[in-house]
Amino acid sequence: MMAAICWASPATKEQGFFLMIAGRLLARGMIAGCLAAALAFVFARFFGEPQVALAIAFEAARSAAEGATPEPEMISRSVQASYGLATATVLYGAGFGGLFALVFSFAYGRLSFQSPRVLALLLAVAGFVTVVLVPDLKYPPNPPAVGNPATLALRTETYFVMIALSICVAAIACLIGQKVTQMRDAWTGWLCGGAVFILLVALVQFGLPDVNEVPDGFPAVVLWRFREAALGMQVVLWGSMGLIFGALATPVLTGRTQRS
Amino acid sequence: MMHPSSSRARAIAAPAPVAIPVGALLPWAVFGLLLSVLMLYFVGAEQGAVSLISGHEVHEFVHDGRHLLGFPCH
Repeated sequence: MMAAICWASPATKEQGFFLMIAGRLLARGMIAGCLAAALAFVFARFFGEPQVALAIAFEAARSAAEGATPEPEMISRSVQASYGLATATVLYGAGFGGLFALVFSFAYGRLSFQSPRVLALLLAVAGFVTVVLVPDLKYPPNPPAVGNPATLALRTETYFVMIALSICVAAIACLIGQKVTQMRDAWTGWLCGGAVFILLVALVQFGLPDVNEVPDGFPAVVLWRFREAALGMQVVLWGSMGLIFGALATPVLTGRTQRS
Repeated sequence: MMHPSSSRARAIAAPAPVAIPVGALLPWAVFGLLLSVLMLYFVGAEQGAVSLISGHEVHEFVHDGRHLLGFPCH
């Protein structure tokens, strides 16, 4: 009985300690996501909103030419472009900040990167490529007036399927890359993982249905600038999230190594 | 003869990172996953393709963010 208590006590203490570390990392991931989202909001406000306004002007001119009555404005454009955009961006940042922290907590000590800062930045780049860049290459962000409301359900479904498959493909490429690294060396491992990723992404994107719903006469430069701004906003968000999380996670993890 | 600066000495002496056991990660993973997916759902899909709350207020409020963050909006 005494022996059992003596055995159990350090183990549960250790378990509780790791539980606390994981919780603190999750909280700091969400904080890092919120701070990064604030920066992304500023970027979107300056580079994205002018393009949204131009697209809405096109939409209004088109419906006026068709003689349709303009839709009633439930929430004013200025609220949508300020508080609405800020809320959406912060929710998005906190959401992906949490998921990012969970992936980081699993990867730390399991991948061959000593520094929490380096690992955080690397995972942020990987997250951006997997969750944003690859899905957006197949289904790029669209401004208002682009897209047929009748196909919204199908487009939403294929978009989320694309993100899910992209995450699966990244996990497969990561496992293969790590296996090859253990058998050969890191260089060959990265090359094999990268090649598998590109090949599987190409197959998935070839297999999913195409969407082509840009209306006639929509200015090409507005579409291009809007997509540039949308991608730039994500670069700001994921880049700063990786850097901020690295800085916030380091004290949590070095505190642990000092204690053990 | 050599007096390594404290930061340098610590960098060399730093032990290899210890992985957090999956058992300690799992409760937070469930909690974090639920919370994150809920937040992303309200930004990305509510009152668009699927609707839990009737009306268009959520859709209209996050409208610009939904477009710029790359979700299909309407």
